[in-house]
Amino acid sequence: MIGLADVNFFEAWWVQIVKAIVIFGVVFGVLPMLTVYERKLLGRFQHRYGPNRVGPYGLLQPMAEIVKFARKEAFRPTTSVGFLFHVAPAISILTAVGGLALIPWGNVQHIFGQPVGLYGIDVSVGPLYVFALGGISFYGILLGGWASGSKYSFLGAMRAAAQLISYEVSQGLALVGVLITAQTLSLTGIVNAQRGMWYFIPQLCGFLIFVVASFAETNRAPFDLVEADAELVGGYFTEYGGTGFVAFLFAEYVNMLVVSAMAATLFLGGWLLPFGIHPPGWVDPFVVLAKMMIFMTLFIWIRATLPRLRYDQLMSFGWKVLLPLATLNLLVTAIIVA
Amino acid sequence: MPYDPGSDVIEVMRHPQRSAAASTYRSFGETLRGMKTTLARVVEGPLTIQYPEEKTPVYPRFRGRHKLHRFEDSGLEKCVGCSLCAAACPADCIRVVAAENTPETRVSAGERYAAVYEINLSRCIFCGYCEIACPFDAITMGHDYEMSDYTRSDLIFTKEMLLAEPLERTPLRREGE
Repeated sequence: MIGLADVNFFEAWWVQIVKAIVIFGVVFGVLPMLTVYERKLLGRFQHRYGPNRVGPYGLLQPMAEIVKFARKEAFRPTTSVGFLFHVAPAISILTAVGGLALIPWGNVQHIFGQPVGLYGIDVSVGPLYVFALGGISFYGILLGGWASGSKYSFLGAMRAAAQLISYEVSQGLALVGVLITAQTLSLTGIVNAQRGMWYFIPQLCGFLIFVVASFAETNRAPFDLVEADAELVGGYFTEYGGTGFVAFLFAEYVNMLVVSAMAATLFLGGWLLPFGIHPPGWVDPFVVLAKMMIFMTLFIWIRATLPRLRYDQLMSFGWKVLLPLATLNLLVTAIIVA
Repeated sequence: MPYDPGSDVIEVMRHPQRSAAASTYRSFGETLRGMKTTLARVVEGPLTIQYPEEKTPVYPRFRGRHKLHRFEDSGLEKCVGCSLCAAACPADCIRVVAAENTPETRVSAGERYAAVYEINLSRCIFCGYCEIACPFDAITMGHDYEMSDYTRSDLIFTKEMLLAEPLERTPLRREGE
């Protein structure tokens, strides 16, 4: 065992590697479909079809786009800081992918006689790990925006800094309610603690706060003023094109996936099904995926509905509404549990 | 600091003062109402016309590409080369060179016929004045609107092209549609 955190490594080393590759492969297979899903659903919200020309039902659209982006010339502004300009997208995408390890896709299963946990790692500080990665991921945005040497990127980066910090506080506090109800920090432990009742019923307020704060954390509408294509021409990735742009875009979608998985795990009972249905173990990952898709749909639905917040509205909403609500939720939960 | 124009400048409509609970309910309730509105659009379904496969039907009086006509029975051209269409054309895109009919070669029903009849469709504004000016209904506006081409010279339609039975590629709007 390593000294920093209590990690339950009970599988053989090669199982760990296979698991990592499988999770990575599955997510990066789902991710392009997700971009098509978003664009098609967004189209439906606006009385149109969305992409439907490349491949059957437009499903090969991401392939065409990846080819387009990969063939673009790599250039950077003369005022940019070269090293940081290239490192920033890497930070963004690495921290986003790191979060994938935490998603509990299912309980410990016996595959070919070996006990295999259907998750990357089960650390005893699950949510904290996610928050730590979230804290680092905003360096990707901040450095990318600053190193671009352009005022729009800089403005976007500054907004990102202010927004991510203020909403991470409420998100964290909304989580604590769940943690003290479940009495554990392990994500699989939290799911197993929800066998009686999913936590979004007793923690409805915390659930709402978490979802709203998640929108801000992932820079999605209506909190997308970090990107704000209309006023900041893309915000922190204004100066990025080709692969750098794709890296930021992928990081955003992976972050959405991780946040959806967190919401599904913490509040919607992870791989559990309601009404006492106990399917065989191999169904669990699909249950988690379905619950994640509910949140992805919500993300897209909200994006199609709400206009972008103004900067002062964002700040006053975060600090004057969400933070007191989250604190109150935590206090009430603590009193009831204690 | 919100902008306050003051009451002496202009009478401003202000929303009533709400309590914290009322404004919280309002923000959540209005969000849900907005989400209902957008979801209704999904239920209605897309309104897109998938253009190359589906086409917008045109009205019977739609002014598309011109057609020249012959008499049904004799097969003679209706155009007598009077150049009234060219005179009426505000875009100056019609060129007519008339020639005399001879007993051996009889092209049109009148005394003369159009030896050259060209319409430069890259200049045409589809006003339909040529159709109105023609005393013999020899030229009418068709329904075809897909005329893009790669070179300008390909857009100069000759008499043969205008006389040829056009491929009806454009759906016509039905009665009451």
